[in-house]
Amino acid sequence: MHIHFLDPFQPRQSPIHQLDPRVKFVLALAFILTAALTPSGAWSAYILLFALAFSATILSDLGASYVLKRSALALPFVLSALPLIFTTEGASLLDLSIGAWSLTVTQPGLARFASLALKSWVSVQAGILLAVTTPFPDLLVAMRALGVPRLIVAVIGLMWRYLFVLADEALRLIRARLARSGDAANAELRTGGSLVWRARVAGGMAGSLFLRAFERSDRIYMAMLSRGYDGEARTLPLPRIRPLQWLTLGVGLGILALLLVLAYLI
Amino acid sequence: MHSAPQPLHIPDGFLSVLVSLLFWLLTAAAVGYALRRVGKDLGDRQVPMMGVLAAAIFAGQMLNFSVAGGTSGHLMGAAIATILLGPWAAMLVMTCVVSVQALIFQDGGLLVLGANIFNMGVVGVAVSYMAYRTLQRLARGARWGLFAGGFIATWLSIEASALLVALQLAVSGVSPANVAVPAMGGVHALIGIGEGLITLGALAFLYRARPDLLLAGEERPIKGQFIWAFGLLLAFGLAVASPLASSNPDGLEWVAAQAGFLDARRLSPFNLIPDYLLPGISNQALATVLAGVLGMLIVFAVTLLVAYNRRARRASD
Repeated sequence: MHIHFLDPFQPRQSPIHQLDPRVKFVLALAFILTAALTPSGAWSAYILLFALAFSATILSDLGASYVLKRSALALPFVLSALPLIFTTEGASLLDLSIGAWSLTVTQPGLARFASLALKSWVSVQAGILLAVTTPFPDLLVAMRALGVPRLIVAVIGLMWRYLFVLADEALRLIRARLARSGDAANAELRTGGSLVWRARVAGGMAGSLFLRAFERSDRIYMAMLSRGYDGEARTLPLPRIRPLQWLTLGVGLGILALLLVLAYLI
Repeated sequence: MHSAPQPLHIPDGFLSVLVSLLFWLLTAAAVGYALRRVGKDLGDRQVPMMGVLAAAIFAGQMLNFSVAGGTSGHLMGAAIATILLGPWAAMLVMTCVVSVQALIFQDGGLLVLGANIFNMGVVGVAVSYMAYRTLQRLARGARWGLFAGGFIATWLSIEASALLVALQLAVSGVSPANVAVPAMGGVHALIGIGEGLITLGALAFLYRARPDLLLAGEERPIKGQFIWAFGLLLAFGLAVASPLASSNPDGLEWVAAQAGFLDARRLSPFNLIPDYLLPGISNQALATVLAGVLGMLIVFAVTLLVAYNRRARRASD
């Protein structure tokens, strides 16, 4: 299966896994909000944020390299902030001239760029930890508890159920194309006919995938009807949050608030 | 297989908090309205259909084709969802797709999810619908209206999303508009062609296999003047704002500064407390970093303690 479609959940018996999904969700969001609110250039706050994320990683029994490796996937977007290095005004560090262009690296520019990259990186780690330590049904529970509309939660739930089925269908389509029109080992070489022809083939595959999805959704609807579906997405009542979990939530939010205060003071 | 970076999914940290919250509000309003409309207009058959179609759009992003030099075109899906489901259901489907991408696969951040849903789900769908309906009207039911409409809707929706991302980055003070707008707009003008061609192929296939799916919107007209006008407004607004912003990047920065959108920039402690020095350490920057490292050591000590406790408990069990 395509790597992108593997369920990232990793079952373990760790305190992070055992945390109530609602508490975990709120804490992850609060962590990301804290990272976003920390001012640019508050290096000690970034170190602390990283320390928090990293300790949660250690506590989750996943192995540090797993989360760090995954978090590198989100880095390419940093390129979009590259102009900051040159456009922020301040003391210049380095002058580059490429042909007629001349660029000046400024100290505040570099600091803002590095702050942004670090903030984004720790935020991604929090997101990864949430996804990797929480089974999908628990995430749905957390979404409901946080007030995401029922219909959306129901659609996301159905989507997740059939995501892997349809990913398999897509893989079969790709394999069939590969078997019939070949594949160049060198990505630079084109395979198949002209650009329009290739686009048409890919489009036909997409169309057939959508058609199969439509037909499958009809069958699913019949199956749901025969099991008593009446248009209402019913769910079990949410379980209660135990006192220890409330305590974890309070302590976690307290630490993040403290960190934010520190970030502005020191 | 493709692992194309998806520059339309903004990760956390790239938009200022105010911009993120503002777009959360806009998204909540739009999605809330779409939910009401879907509840009113469509039957209960729609729930499994939206779920499975969302999965298909997600899986459809694997279907790529090589364009040139190792790059590939693939599918975003807002336009085709709009054509197949109508604007309101498509908005919900795209909301679910973008949310799962962010939540599970870290394609895009969580705090900025509101902005990502708005860019791809709300704007992508509204602009697609506007373009598609307009061409269908112009064609008066002729076949070319379907195909031209599909292609133009796809291209416009991608271009609109890309320009909006560029403007959001500019307003957040991350990427100046005179760099971000041409870069995002230019790259996505090309990506949009590739995706438009895929949409065209998909529509051609569906037209031959199940024309009823494509004509469903004709028989059961959804009252869409509102979203049509909204899409037109968005497309027009972006078409005017982008060149303006990219020719006066300082203007946008000024607006952002006035509105408080810019990221908080900490005052330098050198100016704030000129004589402040930690005992024994004469370099202020070094002292700050050391304070951070000290804090980190404390956090790790607590972590190790907890981990050690657990191991001890497990051993005694």
